[in-house]
Amino acid sequence: MRIGIPRESKAGETLVAATAITAAQLTTLGYEVVVESGAGFLADQPDSAFEAADITVGSADDAWSCDVIVKVNAPTPAEIGLLRPSATIVSLMAPARSPELVEQLTAAGVTALAMDAVPRISRAQSLDVLSSMANVAGYRAVIEAAHAFGRQFTGQVTAAGKVPPAKVFVVGAGVAGLAAIGAAGSMGAIVRAFDVRPEVAEQVESMGAQFVTVDMTQEVSSDGYAQEMTAEQEAATAAMYDEEVRAADIVITTALIPGRPAPVLVRAETVAAMRNGSVIVDMAAANGGNCELTVTDERVVTDNLVTVLGFTDLASRLAAQTSQLYGTNVVNLFKLLTPGKDGQLTLDFDDVVQRGITVVHDGTLMWPPPPVQVSAAPVAAAPPAEPVAPKPPPDPRRKTYAAALGAVTFLALAAYAPAVFLNHFTVFALAVFVGYYVISNVAHALHTPLMSETNAISGIILVGGVLQVGSTNPAIAILATVAVLVASINIFGGFLVTLRMLEMFRKD
Amino acid sequence: MSDLLTSDRLPGLVQGGYIIAAVLFVGALAGLSKHETAKRGNLAGMAGMGIALVATVLLAARQAELPDPLDHWRGLGSTLAVIVVAMAIGAAIGAWRARTVEMTQMPELVAILHSFVGLAAVLVGINSFLDPEAPTTGSLGAIHEVEVFIGVFIGAVTLTGSIVANLKLSARMKSTPLALPGRHLLNLAIIVLSVALLVWFMNTPHTDNGTSPGIWPLLLMTALALLLGFHLVAAIGGGDMPVVVSMLNSYSGWAAAAAGFLLDNDLLIITGSLVGSSGAILSYIMCKAMNRSFISVIAGGFGSDGAISGEARDYGEHREILAAEAAELLAGASSVVITPGYGMAVAQAQYPVAELTAKLRARGIDVRFGIHPVAGRLPGHMNVLLAEARVPYDIVLEMDEINADFPTTDVVLVIGANDTVNPAALDEPGSPIAGMPVLEVWNAREVIVFKRSMATGYAGVQNPLFFKDNSRMLFGDAKERVEDIVRALPSI
Repeated sequence: MRIGIPRESKAGETLVAATAITAAQLTTLGYEVVVESGAGFLADQPDSAFEAADITVGSADDAWSCDVIVKVNAPTPAEIGLLRPSATIVSLMAPARSPELVEQLTAAGVTALAMDAVPRISRAQSLDVLSSMANVAGYRAVIEAAHAFGRQFTGQVTAAGKVPPAKVFVVGAGVAGLAAIGAAGSMGAIVRAFDVRPEVAEQVESMGAQFVTVDMTQEVSSDGYAQEMTAEQEAATAAMYDEEVRAADIVITTALIPGRPAPVLVRAETVAAMRNGSVIVDMAAANGGNCELTVTDERVVTDNLVTVLGFTDLASRLAAQTSQLYGTNVVNLFKLLTPGKDGQLTLDFDDVVQRGITVVHDGTLMWPPPPVQVSAAPVAAAPPAEPVAPKPPPDPRRKTYAAALGAVTFLALAAYAPAVFLNHFTVFALAVFVGYYVISNVAHALHTPLMSETNAISGIILVGGVLQVGSTNPAIAILATVAVLVASINIFGGFLVTLRMLEMFRKD
Repeated sequence: MSDLLTSDRLPGLVQGGYIIAAVLFVGALAGLSKHETAKRGNLAGMAGMGIALVATVLLAARQAELPDPLDHWRGLGSTLAVIVVAMAIGAAIGAWRARTVEMTQMPELVAILHSFVGLAAVLVGINSFLDPEAPTTGSLGAIHEVEVFIGVFIGAVTLTGSIVANLKLSARMKSTPLALPGRHLLNLAIIVLSVALLVWFMNTPHTDNGTSPGIWPLLLMTALALLLGFHLVAAIGGGDMPVVVSMLNSYSGWAAAAAGFLLDNDLLIITGSLVGSSGAILSYIMCKAMNRSFISVIAGGFGSDGAISGEARDYGEHREILAAEAAELLAGASSVVITPGYGMAVAQAQYPVAELTAKLRARGIDVRFGIHPVAGRLPGHMNVLLAEARVPYDIVLEMDEINADFPTTDVVLVIGANDTVNPAALDEPGSPIAGMPVLEVWNAREVIVFKRSMATGYAGVQNPLFFKDNSRMLFGDAKERVEDIVRALPSI
């Protein structure tokens, strides 16, 4: 089958759905790839790069006439008109928010796969475009903020005075939020972050940020996304947002609720109380924004000189990187869809991933897919097994009784035992304890040498053989000789091998 | 010379030598518990053994020289000749094995050495029964007979147990546990029968020549004990061999101690119980590391529960990585932890691993090793291999020391380890390895798993680590793959 990579028609779009590298990877799956001339120019992928990788570069018609079309942005009505009746189109579609697009695709009788509808399960990570683009966007959000912010991020003490470090507050610890935390932290800022899912606190802290907490009941996410909160939770959280945003120099918001407008978290009056020169980057601007003052795709400066950035093309601003990542996600998707590596695209609806991304199949509406349970969090679904009745703790006196019984038995035996035996037994008992205490703090690394050493030492049983060797009874003499022989193997082998091992241990 | 041998001062001299040897043995074990003093400890052990041998040979020579009206002992010359020849042969074999053994085969060597102690204990015990000078009457005689019986029993169990352990470790016997029906009953029956034989043995009149009818229950019991040793270890899975080896180490010590009782020799008792209790504590430490009950190890037969579940659960897909990409990842890292397992030993990969370590360290990358207590087939096995390849021991850390550092680690290389890095031990209460402490490698940023295939480890359980988002599989022979990485490194 042929895969067409057309040029993006959206104004200002810099991305391309395949780079020379990922296009070549698609050909190894058996596909023939046709790239529209100039498609990758803005992502540092000129036609010559594709040609160098033996990828056909053709006209727009060449690309759109293919069996499979791979794009970044959703197709426009005009572009849907270009599709062949049995064609498959792969792109970002936001099917939940674009009913008219879904309708048009259904009417066109094509198959449509939404790259942004991948279920958030571990197995599908490698094709999750949202994750890979959010990662880039989070990084870029910090760069945009740093660009708009009039100061450095790092705190310094210089001859020209002390520079305080920038304070960054990140809302939402999804992929974008975590990437922003990492980028801001590595530039030297002090980073605080909040997320309504308390289970991500560990991830936030692992990125070097401080996790802000609000006293409220725990919410465990079951679909990998955050959910909207109840009223009383909201009040407590709003107060926290107000306080944190006022204290911050830079605020980066990433809060999204799937299929719904973004929640407004930063009120206009809070922004009015921020210091002059502060920056807010609203990464939820495409869905309405987390800040009341956000204007989608605009840079807004308030009366108190706070910059509010509502850019929705953060990922596109790193076109080369994002195209490469998007292209790799596409390759991973086609690996899944081409089990035979024969260039034949097959859809298996028993696979939740393939079912999940299919919006339209040959003109049949497939959206929305059945829900997928993805979280590893213990949701009510799995009731714990019957609690095992805890064993009653053993009576602590039992040990004492056992020890007393043992002592009495021993005393009774000792009364009848000859003195020689008791002398030996004294030695025996003491040696057991010496052995126990000498060994109990041995370094783990020395277990093997220790074992071969004890091995060599237990060759001392040779003593028994040596004393019996001279017997005139031939049976005793022969057995004793054999005993001496094998015990000597033990002694010499054990000591020498211990020595050899110890020679090897060294310190730098 | 003859004056010295027959002098009344000699027994005291020999006894003194034995005491010094015992002190030196304690010093040897104490020294071996720390790196700094380990070599000194080994020297102390050798010195102690030398003193003990000289003292014993003197004692044997004295027996030959003293007036011998009953004609129990042969002359001085032939006695010494036999001792020297037997010891020389043993020493030659021992030294040859010690010099030529591959460090990866250390577990097998240690196991077979245990069997020698067991064999010697059996022989010495039977000899002591045949010995015409041994006490035969009264409570002293009864105690002596019990001692003979116990000594031979422990020795025989150690003998066959160690042979089976050796065969399993060297893969000449299947490592899967042998599960006979009612195996615990079988073991119990052997012990009960042995006690019955002991009663028979003690009620048999003792005559002066070797044809005493008491030999029959003794030999019968020896056969039963040999069977018991075989069955005990055969019932234990290969993955649990580290515990078994140190347990047999302990048994061999008790066998020596029992021999000491029946020969009236304090040095043997001291040494035997030192070895016996140290082996027991080592096994105990390892049982804790594997979250196994100590009793169930001694009784044998575990690992049988582990032979389950080639379960059909879908863990998702694993991702692969190539050696060149791995090299790139390593070159960009600032901290790297390597967690080796038995697979590294099998592939003999310790030398390239050491070379990789040296190269990464030369680049200023912090490289450390995380060793699980039961990695390999012998406690400390990995440490010995890494030391052989000249990896400095101060960067080789234990599981507890390194587990907290994984979240700040950039790249973890899992080389031939499987069960010891399995998150199922913590996450899945139903897993056969649930509760076993493991190296929490998945907390690191990237994990590269060196593996020959997607097959399961010794416990027979699938490892969810392989399917985590931050882990990648590097398939192939561990040695070759590490060499590939080393080659790919300088070009970056």
